Amino acid sequence: MKQSKRTPIAVFILTLVGLWLFVSAPSGVTEIKISTDTDIFALPNFNLDIAFVSGLAFAAQVVAFLGSVYFVVIRNHKTPRWVVILFAVALVFEILVGLFAGKTMTFTSLLQGSLALAVPLIFGSLAGVLSERVGVVNIAIEGQLLAGAFVSALVASLSDNLFAGLLGAIIAGALVAWVLAVFAIKYVVDQIIVGVVLNVLVVGLTNFIFSTLMVSNLPFFNQPPRFDKILIPLLGQIPVLGPVLFNQTLIVYLMYVVVAAVYIALFKTRWGLRVRAVGEYPKAADTVGINVFRTRYVSVIIGGALAGLGGSFFTLGQVGAFGKEMTNGAGYIALAALIFGRWNPIYAAFAALLFGFAENLQYGLAIIGSSVPSEFLLMLPYALTVVAVAGLVGKVTGPAASGKAYIKS
Amino acid sequence: MKRVLKEFTTGNALLSVLAVLASFIVGGILIAISSPEVQTTVTYIGARPADFFQALWNSVFGAYDAMFRGAVFNYKAHDGVQMIKPITETLAYATPITMAGLGLAVAFRSGLFNIGGTGQIIFGAMFAGWVAIYVDLPFYLHFPMAVLAGVIGGGLFGALVGFLKATTGANEVIVTIMFNYIAVLLLSYLLKTPVLQAPGSINPVSLPVHDSAKYWFFMGDQFRVHGGLIAMLIAVVFTWWLLNRSTLGFRFRALGHNPNAAKVAGINIGLTYVLVMGISGALAGLAGTSQVLGTEKFLTLGVAASFGFDAITVALLGRSNPWGVLVAGILFGGLRAGAVTMQANQNVPIDIVLVVQSMIVLFIAAPPLVRAIFRLKESKREVTA
Repeated sequence: MKQSKRTPIAVFILTLVGLWLFVSAPSGVTEIKISTDTDIFALPNFNLDIAFVSGLAFAAQVVAFLGSVYFVVIRNHKTPRWVVILFAVALVFEILVGLFAGKTMTFTSLLQGSLALAVPLIFGSLAGVLSERVGVVNIAIEGQLLAGAFVSALVASLSDNLFAGLLGAIIAGALVAWVLAVFAIKYVVDQIIVGVVLNVLVVGLTNFIFSTLMVSNLPFFNQPPRFDKILIPLLGQIPVLGPVLFNQTLIVYLMYVVVAAVYIALFKTRWGLRVRAVGEYPKAADTVGINVFRTRYVSVIIGGALAGLGGSFFTLGQVGAFGKEMTNGAGYIALAALIFGRWNPIYAAFAALLFGFAENLQYGLAIIGSSVPSEFLLMLPYALTVVAVAGLVGKVTGPAASGKAYIKS
Repeated sequence: MKRVLKEFTTGNALLSVLAVLASFIVGGILIAISSPEVQTTVTYIGARPADFFQALWNSVFGAYDAMFRGAVFNYKAHDGVQMIKPITETLAYATPITMAGLGLAVAFRSGLFNIGGTGQIIFGAMFAGWVAIYVDLPFYLHFPMAVLAGVIGGGLFGALVGFLKATTGANEVIVTIMFNYIAVLLLSYLLKTPVLQAPGSINPVSLPVHDSAKYWFFMGDQFRVHGGLIAMLIAVVFTWWLLNRSTLGFRFRALGHNPNAAKVAGINIGLTYVLVMGISGALAGLAGTSQVLGTEKFLTLGVAASFGFDAITVALLGRSNPWGVLVAGILFGGLRAGAVTMQANQNVPIDIVLVVQSMIVLFIAAPPLVRAIFRLKESKREVTA
């Protein structure tokens, strides 16, 4: 079989972008600041010559392109993943150095902000993974996040207890997922329709209750406490990684655990095998005695609970008070991350981090007064997802039965 | 029109009516719970239950009465213009919703899920707006050119989705969702640059469109309803003809029923994907022209409002039948228009519309649920969404 030439073509086009960046690279340096005050040992700041770095990055892209051509055309083999990764890293690095030309890039704070933006995306994409792996398309991630954010703020304000707020968020997310599951599984309604509609329903309900109830007494209904950051000794003092990963709120630490747990549950347990079987070929799963309906309900609802938990990060983990439509499309970016991460919890988490980084870059650029329009950075997750589903960077295939209702005959 | 009547007298139409009714009941419950009077009187319901029921009636009836006055006929107004203004407002909202809903109906009937209404409306509005603002022509050329530009803009953006699906197999749901965001961000960018931003303005708005490119305001300037209404009716007839009478529409429906059979029958699947999404996007683009050349008169970030989503619900409620879409579009236009009055007069947040709208779709999509609520018997002729 002939290998598809899509990857070399895509790489070639993007290499032209790299060439253009190299040719138009301004002379000067970009200062990169890595260390923060809490580190055990300080790493020096270093200056990168823009033209030099761009040239190096462009050379790496050319190598990656030639490699891709070699593998596809001569060896008739798929482009190995490391070639694609080499290419992506080189291009991203070239863009970053160019964007911060003549300025200081505070690397650590850039990453910190990225993680903060990525947390709800990661929870949301896990919800999508759990749901789609069992065969139910979850467009309602946005609604689950928003419900979690709303209920956690309300419950934590009323009870003055953060953990009650977390519990409320989990229940709220699970509830939205339960409605999705009932309509998708019991009433066999098109899953995409239910998902889209649920998102709007949650927006309507939360806006309505916010405007009628919460606004009437904000200190009572909408002034929840917030989680404090917990600095983990030693780990938290490693340069770069410490402040980014180990000086975070409880929700973020929970997230690390949950990503690992979902991965293990899906790929290393009997339950996970059943979930994936139901998502790939429900009839076969049913034949061997797996309860398709129950497996679907359980997995979808657990997913919703996780998304609800992620929603609480908007309120209890960050700003505190709830605001109308505060999730602002995060659920759809989470959906993108899950597709970009190929329905794998760990890849999806990394995709979410990448999208968080792209989103955060605009703030970093705003601080240094860059003229690059933020819209294009914000477009990146969506554009990358289109590129991914169009199969330009390898074939992306979801679970076979995802989106199809199972009717027992 | 026979079809409309037939639709309404069969079981499915009854279910649609009941679904709408059930959703209004849910909305009523929310309105009642959130009413301060109801909340106060419920605390002494044992002592004076009449007060409670009075408050309950006042809140719910007051809200829906305000909605009626905002959407159909304002019997409390003092002059004729104000009295009939509500129904014209309803039609003004119904125009873009129905147009975009027709677009989605074409896609649904062809088995494609076009969630990209928002993006296609924006592209239509951008193209039409640009022609209407920056091109100088006599009105008999300018207006048709501007509308055509909008239709082409929306159509190309839609066709791109079909092209991606045909050539790479990309799932159209995902692509259209992503394209919506890309379109919003692109518009936001262009409204900050001289391409579309009004010179000297610091806000993201364009210059107003030329008078020669505007829709005909046939009821005068005090009404917001405009010639888009006529374009909408033409679009309904066109869509009906396309889907039910044309060869192309036959291909579309064949694709929707069974893509494999359609392929075996010699239909070029890839080309059909492009055409379906192109026409679907073109109708959404037409909705964009109704906004920018009629209702709004200039380009802003909110040009697509929530019409992209409304279109989905309208297409579902109308069961992807052009006449059904028209009825559903007018209903949702009325909801929108009425909610504005309801918010102003009764302090009921406009968001209640979102709740009612989404409940309608959920109920419509799950007939067994509606039957369970109203204790109806199972009907044999069942079509689920």
